[in-house]
Amino acid sequence: MEQTNRAAKIDRATRCAVCYAALLLLTLALGAAGLRFGSVKITAQKIISALGGEKSTAADIIMISRLPRVIAATVLGGALAVSGYLLQTFFANPIAGPFVLGISSGAKLTVALAMIVFLGNGMTLDSAGLIIAAFVGSLLSLGLIIPVSGRAQKNYMLIVCGIMIGYICSAVTEFVVTFADDSNIVNLHNWSMGSFSGIGMDEAGVMSAVVLAAMVPTFLLSKQIGAYQLGEAYARNSGVNIRWFRLAVILLSSLLSACVTAFAGPVSFVGIAVPHIVKRMLGTAKPRVIIPAAFLGGACFCLLCDLIARTLFAPTELSIGSVTAVLGAPVVIFIMMSRKK
Amino acid sequence: MGSIFRTEGLSAGYGRKVVLSGAEITAERGKITTLIGPNGCGKSTLLRTAAKQLEPLAGTVFVSGKSLRETGANELARKLSILLTDRVSPELMTCRDVVESGRYPYTGRLGILSEADREAVDEAMALTSTTELSGVDFARISDGQRQRVMLARAMSQQPELLILDEPTSYLDIRHKLELLNTLKKLVREKNTAVLMSLHELDLALRVSDKIVCIDGGKVGRVGTPEEIFSGGYISALYGISEACFCESSGCAELEKPAGAPEVFVISGGGNSGGVFRRLQREGTPFAAGIIPANDIDLPAARALAAEVVSRPAFSEAPREVVQRGLQLIGECGGVICCPGSCGALNPENSELLSCARRLGKLIGDA
Repeated sequence: MEQTNRAAKIDRATRCAVCYAALLLLTLALGAAGLRFGSVKITAQKIISALGGEKSTAADIIMISRLPRVIAATVLGGALAVSGYLLQTFFANPIAGPFVLGISSGAKLTVALAMIVFLGNGMTLDSAGLIIAAFVGSLLSLGLIIPVSGRAQKNYMLIVCGIMIGYICSAVTEFVVTFADDSNIVNLHNWSMGSFSGIGMDEAGVMSAVVLAAMVPTFLLSKQIGAYQLGEAYARNSGVNIRWFRLAVILLSSLLSACVTAFAGPVSFVGIAVPHIVKRMLGTAKPRVIIPAAFLGGACFCLLCDLIARTLFAPTELSIGSVTAVLGAPVVIFIMMSRKK
Repeated sequence: MGSIFRTEGLSAGYGRKVVLSGAEITAERGKITTLIGPNGCGKSTLLRTAAKQLEPLAGTVFVSGKSLRETGANELARKLSILLTDRVSPELMTCRDVVESGRYPYTGRLGILSEADREAVDEAMALTSTTELSGVDFARISDGQRQRVMLARAMSQQPELLILDEPTSYLDIRHKLELLNTLKKLVREKNTAVLMSLHELDLALRVSDKIVCIDGGKVGRVGTPEEIFSGGYISALYGISEACFCESSGCAELEKPAGAPEVFVISGGGNSGGVFRRLQREGTPFAAGIIPANDIDLPAARALAAEVVSRPAFSEAPREVVQRGLQLIGECGGVICCPGSCGALNPENSELLSCARRLGKLIGDA
């Protein structure tokens, strides 16, 4: 018995190590591919010399356009996946995520409003301002959805309400955009479809800092998240301060998804699909294993989707949201079907 | 003193709605204290308040002499663990993962288990016979196994006080017995105090060291099972007729058929319960006799028969008792004689049997 236990544990450890190695390699490979491919093909040699600081046209493309974009896809993809994981834990619902709960759309609305107000008055909105606007919008949507979750007896009720909130926010956003000045519309329209394009190195730096700042406390919450997986009562009995825990989860998941919406617009399904795939891969739901893996998985997923969005019909670019939806929605359907059993 | 758990003037409820008030309850180490009472009387509310899942509306709960308000969450988690009725359905957790979650209050920042933690988990799983389930997905085991694993989780917390809310719900009789036997073992070996609620009176009667009755939002009688299950108290507590509840077994019978007796059952000796219950199912009112006061058929007869003719134990049947039996046979349309109800030491039943034969009313030796 003792030996089989030990064997099972070693199996688990090996599986974890293999999965982590695979995720890391995949992230690096997809990141490299992101630098290499695009409307202009750049050789590996040129990429390396560009990263080394050499000046050339190719280096400009890499440093101004592609590298920030790869960083954004990595960081924001990871943030989305972890945000989804936190929301799934919070609502004890496997298909909860920032997009289906209307949190991304709430953030989109406040960012659109902030942009119109600021640009209309001749001011510019910096990265921090964008994040704050998106964060406020995320919290407002969560403020609407949390009371619903207390009343909704069935899991799907929560999702239906979230989707409705999402539609209302999108409708108001459309309305606002329609009556905004012409010069703003182009800017807004592009963004509200979701895209990693047009992100500069400065912005990539800001988002990396914010996401890292949110990831550290999230990882430190893994013990409490683990206790919470058996439900609120058992978590409280294990010594978790439920009120603080819930507040922390709300703030962190909002911050993570707000960061994504602020820079890339609403990106759908990553938050649901990635944590699910990662859990299946690792064969466990232990938060301290899943949280970093979900981050890496989200990075891979978004790097891949961005690559597809850029190269499939190059030079025409697809919106990132449509690619993530095509790849992510089947996973959601799969989750729903497999839980029926 | 001996009480690890004590409440003082405790009022429990949700928001402004008081479910239970003025409760003074204690629980001791090495003893099983059981709460019984009708549905909605506030057993669960009381237990949830006792486990600090709900704030008390008034009064105080003390665990090892310290008020819950002054006990930190982590400190309490090392003293008190719970097992609730709510079903948990965690994703991708093995049974061992579930049991290990009981060690949370003992682990550091990231919840990584030490060697001592693992030993406590092993011990809890051995105690609840769940060791062989270690690597099995918690979502794939039966209700009975699930309850044992949750009990192991509660035990791995190494509590001084274990609070269980109707731990036998959803379980079949074998698993009910297994669970209660495990609880008994635990109380004996670990000197844990158990405070739980039970729906099954027959099990409460057998497993409890102390019973606390909750009656109409107040604490009613408190005492040993023998004290509680006497004098018709249980029937009054649950609002059922006194006759249909057997205090010595803790079991209840269905309602007796209405009307004057149509069949007389010559009974006694322990084989008559089946006949009584068959007549009850068919809706035939019947009389039964002549049953000695110490006969095990008497409780069922009292509950189900329209009239019971009984005689004192270990003595001859008084003449008027026999007369009443004969009179009832005269009034009834038929007579059933249960096997083993007539013998050398109860000539009165033989007398009834021969009377029935004479009148041609004997419809069968059941």
